[in-house]
Amino acid sequence: MPAVSKGDGMRGLAVFISDIRNCKSKEAEIKRINKELANIRSKFKGDKALDGYSKKKYVCKLLFIFLLGHDIDFGHMEAVNLLSSNKYTEKQIGYLFISVLVNSNSELIRLINNAIKNDLSSRNPTFMCLALHCIANVGSREMAEAFAGEIPRILVAGDTMDSVKQSAALCLLRLYKTSPDLVLMGEWTSRVVHLLNDQHMGVVTAAISLITCLSQKNPDEFKTCVSLAVSRLSRIVSSASTDLQDYTYYFVPAPWLSCKLLRLLQCYPPPEDGAVKGRLVECLETILNKAQEPPKSKKVQHSNAKNAILFEAISLIIHYDSEPNLLVRACNQLGQFLQHRETNLRYLALESMCTLASSEFSHEAVKTHIETVINALKTERDVSVRQRAADLLYAMCDRSNAKQIVAEMLSYLETADYSIREEMVLKVAILAEKYAVDYSWYVDTILNLIRIAGDYVSEEVWYRVIQIVINRDDVQGYAAKTVFEALQAPACHENMVKVGGYILGEFGNLIAGDPRSSPLVQFNLLHSKFHLCSVPTRALLLSAYIKFINLFPETKSTIQEVLRSDSQIRNSDVELQQRAVEYLKLSSIASTDVLATVLEEMPPFPERESSILAKLKKKKGPGAVSVNELEEGKREGGELNGGGERGGDSSSTPSPSADLLGLRAGPPVTAAAPSAGSLLVDVFSEAGVNDDGFLSEFSRFVCKNNGVLFENQLLQIGIKSEYRQNLGRMYLFYGNKTSVQFVTFTTTLNVQAKPVEPLIEGGAQVQQVINIECLTDFSDAPLLNIKFRYGGALQNLTLKLPVTINKFFQPTEMASHDFFQRWKQLSLPQQEAQKIFKANHAMDTEVLKAKLLGLGMALLENVDPNPENFVCAGVIQTKAQQVGSLLRLEPNAQAQMYRLTVRSSKDTVSKRLCELLAEQF
Amino acid sequence: MIGGLFIYNHKGEVLISRVYRDDIGRNAVDAFRVNVIHARQQVRSPVTNFARTSFFHVKRSNIWLAAVTKQNVNAAMVFEFLYKMCDVMTAYFSKISEENIKNNFVLIYELLDEILDFGYPQNSETGALKTFITQQGIKSQHHTKEEQSQITSQVTGQIGWRREGIKYRRNELFLDVLESVNLLMSPQGQVLSAHVSGRVVMKSYLSGMPECKFGMNDKIVIDKQGKGGTTDDSGKSELGGSGKQSIAIDDCTFHQCVRLSKFDSERSISFIPPDGEYELMRYRTTKDIILPFRVIPLVREVGRTKLEVKVVIKSNFKPSLLAQKIEVRIPTPLNTSGVQVICMKGKAKYKASENAIVWKIKRMAGMKESQISAEIELLPTNDKKKWARPPISMNFEVPFAPSGLKVRYLKVFEPKLNYSDHDVIKWVRYIGRSGIYETRC
Repeated sequence: MPAVSKGDGMRGLAVFISDIRNCKSKEAEIKRINKELANIRSKFKGDKALDGYSKKKYVCKLLFIFLLGHDIDFGHMEAVNLLSSNKYTEKQIGYLFISVLVNSNSELIRLINNAIKNDLSSRNPTFMCLALHCIANVGSREMAEAFAGEIPRILVAGDTMDSVKQSAALCLLRLYKTSPDLVLMGEWTSRVVHLLNDQHMGVVTAAISLITCLSQKNPDEFKTCVSLAVSRLSRIVSSASTDLQDYTYYFVPAPWLSCKLLRLLQCYPPPEDGAVKGRLVECLETILNKAQEPPKSKKVQHSNAKNAILFEAISLIIHYDSEPNLLVRACNQLGQFLQHRETNLRYLALESMCTLASSEFSHEAVKTHIETVINALKTERDVSVRQRAADLLYAMCDRSNAKQIVAEMLSYLETADYSIREEMVLKVAILAEKYAVDYSWYVDTILNLIRIAGDYVSEEVWYRVIQIVINRDDVQGYAAKTVFEALQAPACHENMVKVGGYILGEFGNLIAGDPRSSPLVQFNLLHSKFHLCSVPTRALLLSAYIKFINLFPETKSTIQEVLRSDSQIRNSDVELQQRAVEYLKLSSIASTDVLATVLEEMPPFPERESSILAKLKKKKGPGAVSVNELEEGKREGGELNGGGERGGDSSSTPSPSADLLGLRAGPPVTAAAPSAGSLLVDVFSEAGVNDDGFLSEFSRFVCKNNGVLFENQLLQIGIKSEYRQNLGRMYLFYGNKTSVQFVTFTTTLNVQAKPVEPLIEGGAQVQQVINIECLTDFSDAPLLNIKFRYGGALQNLTLKLPVTINKFFQPTEMASHDFFQRWKQLSLPQQEAQKIFKANHAMDTEVLKAKLLGLGMALLENVDPNPENFVCAGVIQTKAQQVGSLLRLEPNAQAQMYRLTVRSSKDTVSKRLCELLAEQF
Repeated sequence: MIGGLFIYNHKGEVLISRVYRDDIGRNAVDAFRVNVIHARQQVRSPVTNFARTSFFHVKRSNIWLAAVTKQNVNAAMVFEFLYKMCDVMTAYFSKISEENIKNNFVLIYELLDEILDFGYPQNSETGALKTFITQQGIKSQHHTKEEQSQITSQVTGQIGWRREGIKYRRNELFLDVLESVNLLMSPQGQVLSAHVSGRVVMKSYLSGMPECKFGMNDKIVIDKQGKGGTTDDSGKSELGGSGKQSIAIDDCTFHQCVRLSKFDSERSISFIPPDGEYELMRYRTTKDIILPFRVIPLVREVGRTKLEVKVVIKSNFKPSLLAQKIEVRIPTPLNTSGVQVICMKGKAKYKASENAIVWKIKRMAGMKESQISAEIELLPTNDKKKWARPPISMNFEVPFAPSGLKVRYLKVFEPKLNYSDHDVIKWVRYIGRSGIYETRC
């Protein structure tokens, strides 16, 4: 035949390619290609049929031109013709062209599929392989539709050649990846699994990739593969390096197959059958043993193959997490790698150790390598390895070595790579908090952290310090002292100034005794930093100043001077200006008592999830959080509100009352006082928050204006209200606690309200403002109806808004005889309402006082002859009239009873007040 | 200002590299090669920016000339300079080719030193340059000591483009009006856009320091003179004779020798010409263009596999004139598999490498027409894209100015020497060439 005599050389193609290569310019190349294309077109157009050889040659040229980046829009038909040729080379070129050039929507697809089908059903293994390769290369949905049924049959047929089986397995895998719904194994499952027993290693290797992929989707169906895989693995592992001949790679028997088997086993839990498990453990031990043996070859391929198996084995051991012996051995093996001279090995060892550290069995074993890891952190040249070392240090940290690790991480931070600094800072902050036994150490650590890497210290970190210092009495003095010292550095970071301002403002009095840190010195120190700071920090400092006025009356004039200066009181920033003006007024008008109340020390914060941890989780993504953190996350029920609310806070409420740390949303002060010994491993306190509890919630708000009105798994509604005379304004904060957005969010009030935004993003908060005017006295609270869609489900909530008549109280101060005179004036029986009731809470004088003050009336002291009794006076402002009210509360400590008497000029008011108050004590 | 100037061959190897300013580093050389010469996509823009560095390039056959700068320079100035540079090189060693550049390294560096100083363009007048940059082939005819001593004062003087004391036995001058006409026409014969860009090139062999005055039928000049009053009648009758009143020049630029102040005030073009060949002015017109050829295309698609094309060209000028080098290029579809051409005149051929039928006619007189018809066979493709039908383009050369420009006079005054305007032998020639002359089909 002429085609044979011409050979496969295709001289024309070679000449064409060399012509193209010799072209001096792009233009010349294009000209040459155009000429060739015209030639091919005329050849294809020609009436006389082309022989297979020239067809192949021209198709090849077209392919070459296409690969050079030119469009080819003809020749497909000729390529398809080549598919039906009987010569291998022609068929091969045809398939090549098809898999490179044919797109799925081509009209020719039917012809192509037909040709492929013919080849698949032929008995010629090379043709079958070509067809299978083409299917896999195209790998489109159409291909899957046409052949997904056929290939499994080829795969498991007894008379199929081994090479075809390999191709079929991989082809099926490819189709399964593109359209898993079309590849249904069903009846073939067990026979595919039994391919693991095939004589031919190549078939096993190909099949195992397929099985791994399939078993990830439906593990149960392929469960039987575990025992087969184990026996296969043990056969390979125990074989001598020469047994497997072709499949021995640099003295390692079948490394790829071993890795794949180990990986397959990682899809399943440890085998339950004792014999199988025993065999597997034996295999793993053998692998670990082999790692100890001296290398059989100096070549890098040998050690690479060996280590690949070893690392897969170790990940399997970690995955099972049930064999302490193996875990410790793996850990020791990795420990050796920590000092290996190959950087990649060190990296892998650190990475695997990270997961080992979270296992209870091997945690101690990992800890023995602490020195090496610290050394790696310091001396490693590659930043990614250092990063892994830092991760490992974080993972292996526990109470016993926390101090050492934190100290090391801190010292490393000074030289750390910029890319990992922020993460390091978070980690140090978390470790310091989690394992702090001694809180002065914690404070020291965090202040050091701010000093070293202030730029990378996020808001959450310093919020957390303040939360902890405020909640723990024993460190406050120490913290104040340390902060004071830290601030004396000529240049300190703004975050340091923030912490300093806050802590000195709260606890400056604890160190004021020392003449070196006298009030004025403290103030001057803080103020020296003032002008270098950004606006939010300045605002915080202003708050600290007003707190100083309360703490140290002697600084009042100095601070007032500062507040009065133009740079404060006329500051272009509204926030600063407002604070300056309000603080100035507050300090000059209010009596010391009022000041003391307003500027009281911050109450302890409710314990909740450390916001830092939340931040680290967010940063790393859910996949990267180590196991114990995840567990914590679960316990907390995904409570992530800390950060989100705080953000909403500082922007939406420019209130001067130092609302810096998200206090607003916290439960009442009396609830959830931290138990003294409680660690700071954060458990969110669910105090007083339950689904059906909003009635009791409601009553809580009689004496309170701010707090959480409602909370369930989805939604948290915070409230903040202000009242003046007969007017009130209520801010409702709707916080979405989930990560899904709420849609068509509407609220309806039986009184008028401004509409709220219909969408609440996951984790976000929206605010609604309600203006309230009291027209006349009332006893029923307005109802708030909330509707929204969460996922698909419509949620409906009806809440009583905590608007009660007492909110419109105007306190009235009066002397003793005035009081009794008026008391007598209101002596009509209907004007008085009296109730005798049992105490619900402990009879604490201070708590009672606070509640009565919260009620809105003036608490009159030295009025009642009996000092145990409380009397109050106030005027309720409604638009229609003013209702003067007097109140007398007589506690009886022995009987745990109260007698409450309310007299007012309007009978309904007396009754309502009496009812409201009776629930409070 | 220009920071550096590089010349590359087609492979991107640097032949000439001259850096004028420190802000241009060696890496700029590579940046241009990598991003422009070796770019995957053809870079069409002559100005490219990489890393805050601007590259302005022109290409002459296989040679790339690139000017580099980090500053915000006047791009037009840079290109003007690059073209001038090409002219100068051509004047010194004829064709710009890799071999010629390699053979003239020293000369080119010398030239670059002279025509650019710290990136500022200097005197790039070939005539002047040739007096003091001399290399093998170029020998100054008069190399007396005193002349060499005069170079400095002459180059820095008021008339830097002309030496003193030039003497010719025959005072002669040649004036060429070279125009290129550009056209885009719809298949129905509607002019979509047309303009002529022309140049007046002068070759002067005049003695002494002659004062010249050039006159043409520019509308503004004519109008101005018309208002003058006295020459009114004679001017009109003369112009009436030439058939066309005057032409409207959209914009024009002059050689540096022309006194612009005088042009601004009196609209007269007066100058002391450089010796030898130079370009006196450049202009552009868009109105009343004489289109020398009309192309009438007729394309018929016969089924999916056949295309019939018929193209008629008509010459539209005086029958006494002869157009030359006529070439009509008819694009063919990309799936052409065979072409049959029949033409009465000239030769036509299907050029596969260019995807076009090229029809060449050597000569054609005015007011004639000629026709070609072709049958194109197509290969059916699975591509649904329709053929874009690129326009039919044409090349030609005609012996008149399509803009209608006429030289009215060129007067020469040399008061110091004893020859007058009448003694000077003057030659005027008009050549109109095709620029982009396309008709849609």
